[in-house]
Amino acid sequence: MVCLFDCVILSCFYVIIHLVYKVGDVLLPGDVFSFQMPESITDSKPEKVVCGPGLRRNGDEVLVCKSGILRHKQPNLYWIDSQQRRYVPGKGESVIGIITSKSGDIFKVDVGGSEQASLSYLAFEGATKRNRPNVQVGDLVYSQFIIANKDMEPELVCIDSCGRANGMGVFGAGGLLFKVSLGLVRRLLAPQSEIAKDLEKMFPFEIVVGMNGRVWVKSKTIQQTLIVANLLESCENMTAQQRQTLFRRVADGSI
Amino acid sequence: VDLKQLCCPTLREFGCEQNLLSRPDGSSSFVQGDTSVLAGVYGPAEVKVSKEIYDRATLEVVMQPKVGLPGVRERAREQCVRETCEASLLSTLHPRSSLTLVLQVVHDDGSLLSCFLNSACMALMDAGLPMSCLFAGVTCAIDTDGQVITDPNAAQEKESRALMTFAIDSTERRVMMSSTRGSFTVHELQQCIAVSQKASDKIFQFYRDSVRRRYSKTL
Repeated sequence: MVCLFDCVILSCFYVIIHLVYKVGDVLLPGDVFSFQMPESITDSKPEKVVCGPGLRRNGDEVLVCKSGILRHKQPNLYWIDSQQRRYVPGKGESVIGIITSKSGDIFKVDVGGSEQASLSYLAFEGATKRNRPNVQVGDLVYSQFIIANKDMEPELVCIDSCGRANGMGVFGAGGLLFKVSLGLVRRLLAPQSEIAKDLEKMFPFEIVVGMNGRVWVKSKTIQQTLIVANLLESCENMTAQQRQTLFRRVADGSI
Repeated sequence: VDLKQLCCPTLREFGCEQNLLSRPDGSSSFVQGDTSVLAGVYGPAEVKVSKEIYDRATLEVVMQPKVGLPGVRERAREQCVRETCEASLLSTLHPRSSLTLVLQVVHDDGSLLSCFLNSACMALMDAGLPMSCLFAGVTCAIDTDGQVITDPNAAQEKESRALMTFAIDSTERRVMMSSTRGSFTVHELQQCIAVSQKASDKIFQFYRDSVRRRYSKTL
């Protein structure tokens, strides 16, 4: 599974690694990755390790700071896959926000984090000082973080670096917005997502997935919309087997 | 020195469940014998400007007794739990935000403060808040004969001449917080600390097993 980080704290340093914990182990906060230097350093090349979310460098050691499963991606990336509900803004992530107020030249957007993010009027495709975008309080907006760190107010934009919208902007006429956990969102957005493939077989619908745990669904009828929303909320804690059985039962029942 | 007590302290049966409430960001329920506590964590969330700290998160602990309104006793216990949590959370990663921990007594049959500490630790882990270490609460009572009883129930607590609760950290087994009532000698205090450190091994192993069971479906 391709990892999508919700916090971009990466630290790289050169050590020779002998991992005591295997990939796939469940780790708790306070556990230490032990880096043991063997007797002869001359014949082994120092390896660079990239530590993702859930791992922190503490002097010479790497400590685990969240509980979860240790994952590894070739060649040298390690991170802790934890189940979490609360979103912490990270740069470059695409989220669904709700406009809460307009003041001066910016909109204030609720993204589910500890602070409201700001979104400038000019950060929409084709927006100028004379040509303001048609955005009202309460609208849903799919946008990306350009500034998101712990010390500053987060900032969003609805254009990419070339000035094109690229799918971002205001959306949501009709449809249902609901909240799921961050782990489920990451599984949905993974390139070879099994959940997405199983859902596609049910019936046609539109879906927007934000990395802050918010999902928006719209289908032809209200009933189908509700079915998709309920399925997504319930397949959180199911194994692949149970999920496929459930989807099959619903697909048979709704015909 | 009671060597048997030192080697394998007897604790009541534990039970724990994580992620059982739908509204809070993290929740847990911890049961020790008949004492049962429910904990909910919200955060990192918005904080009032009057309460915000510029470089770290503001942690607030709220304790609800089973009957009646929170009083002075709850406030004292809240402070004990808050100091312990602040020592183990990496609160500098979320400046100007608030973390709220709500603890609800479901049933009190002795060792309440250590049950609060254990459920708080599991709830903080469940919420995914970054922590530098885990902590476990252990209560010891010294009865009229001078015997050390770990994890006493309400009847044993009432007859004891001294009651001590310690919060032990997971990395070096040091005492993070201690709350005591009654009279005891220095030697008895040291004995209780040693017994608590030994008992915390069982609790940390229990944490590990609980979290492993929780993630077993997604493995």
